[in-house]
Amino acid sequence: MAGVLAILPQQIVFGLALGTVYGLVALGYTMVYGVLFMINFAHGEIFMIGAYVGWWVLALLLKAQVGALHPAWVVPLMLLHAMLFAGLLGVGLERFAYRPLYLRGATRLGPLISAIGASIFLQNAVMLSQGARMKVYMTSLLFPRTWRIQIAGASVSLLVIVMIVVAGLMMWGLHLLVQRTKLGRSIRAVAEDREMATIMGVNVRRVIAVTFFLGSALGGAGGVLVGLYYTQIDFFMGYSAGLKAFTAAVLGGIGNIRGAMLGGLILGLVESLAVTFMNPAYKDVVAFVILIVVLVFRPMGLLGENVAEREKV
Amino acid sequence: MLKLTDVVAHYGPIQVLKSVNLEVRAGEIVCLLGGNASGKSTTMKTILGVVRPTAGRVEFEDQRIDRLPTETIVRRGISLVPEARRIFARMTVWENLAMGAFTRQKAPAGELAADVERVYALFPRLAERQHQLGGTLSGGEQQMLAIGRALMARPRLLLMDEPSMGLAPVLVDQVFDIIQSINRLGTTILVVEQNAAVALSIASRGYVLQNGRIVVHDAARALLAADHIRRAYLGED
Repeated sequence: MAGVLAILPQQIVFGLALGTVYGLVALGYTMVYGVLFMINFAHGEIFMIGAYVGWWVLALLLKAQVGALHPAWVVPLMLLHAMLFAGLLGVGLERFAYRPLYLRGATRLGPLISAIGASIFLQNAVMLSQGARMKVYMTSLLFPRTWRIQIAGASVSLLVIVMIVVAGLMMWGLHLLVQRTKLGRSIRAVAEDREMATIMGVNVRRVIAVTFFLGSALGGAGGVLVGLYYTQIDFFMGYSAGLKAFTAAVLGGIGNIRGAMLGGLILGLVESLAVTFMNPAYKDVVAFVILIVVLVFRPMGLLGENVAEREKV
Repeated sequence: MLKLTDVVAHYGPIQVLKSVNLEVRAGEIVCLLGGNASGKSTTMKTILGVVRPTAGRVEFEDQRIDRLPTETIVRRGISLVPEARRIFARMTVWENLAMGAFTRQKAPAGELAADVERVYALFPRLAERQHQLGGTLSGGEQQMLAIGRALMARPRLLLMDEPSMGLAPVLVDQVFDIIQSINRLGTTILVVEQNAAVALSIASRGYVLQNGRIVVHDAARALLAADHIRRAYLGED
């Protein structure tokens, strides 16, 4: 038991890192659900492609032999490219895979099936173009193993702290954007009452595209952080990560931005503590048991609202 | 100012507007009467471009607007107080007003703040509750907010869909007083109402819509006096 307590602070910090990243990816699901009432099942693949873009940036820098790679500029460079690429990919998906369906008045099921198709398509496209073998992130070149700091008597890798800070800052930035800016207000207006938003003069299609961009960009950033941490990426990594992030979004209340962040944190902490106190093989079991228990008592999720659907005439 | 000529509109295969002809002149209050499902709300939505007419023309200030996107129509100076208020329940009162000014991108912040103050002067209750969520307001306050929100777009033509619906009689009179004072300040108003007596009392002219067609059109005073109108819309035998 003494041994377990000694690593507890470390596990909590790790849980926070995992949780903020889950939250970051969960935001993509929840934001898109908020404006379109659909689950973008290809979001996990956007996350995966973000990880690949980050890998490419790092690989190109190594190839160009630009000298010493310091994370203070390399990580932002990787994130920036991954976010931009992932964001544009999200906008492209919306434009070509979902919009043609919802504009023609498809039921909610249509875009959902289209999203599953897009997910399979993207996985295979990456497998064909990048190969089926995993790629290795050269994380140790950026964050040497000796870069550790002491927290409550535990030694924590600097990378974990960077993950928490980066993901935390992005979530805070998104929160400010959604709550304080005109763009954020228009996103909330579309989420709450699309027709009224139109009547206020909001270009709803543009807002939907922007929402896809933001959610996908955050997912892409999550991919880079996960790639840096686990150091191995492959074309299939989006499946399980996407499932976890989707779980986090549902746990917090799908459609609710703060809920996605909270759901991610809870899921990350629970998993990391489960690994500490029991056989690591049970970590997913614990995570999903918590999801089921929460949904039994709060079917709309922790922060979700039970909004009766407005009659649309 | 606003002219609808032979406007036809469909919801899917159902023809809701069969032939709507109406005109609103600058400075007027015009009332559009009609029973349930006669096409009143659809007429409003067609003017704003939320519903696309399948035939006919909508002109605003002598220019065709029936092919324009809603945001452009709003920017040209038409805004709507929708049926059942439809305020953004999860936004604060202030945010709802800011949404009303959404199309005024280039307006300086000071100008918008002054317009918010003007709405607060018209509805002091909203000023007290400016940081409250819209969903927590009473029905009357929500109606004030819906009117204030529409005014934030600085419309030259204000469309009002059933502004008295669900309000206590005292509030109905208040709302119509306010509509009249908004009109005196220079905004033209087209109001759809079930409460025909009150609406006609402040309007200069009225139209009666039945099954998607304008069937009667006259001065408000004449409509108030006409027997068949009294029977059909004022609840008198």
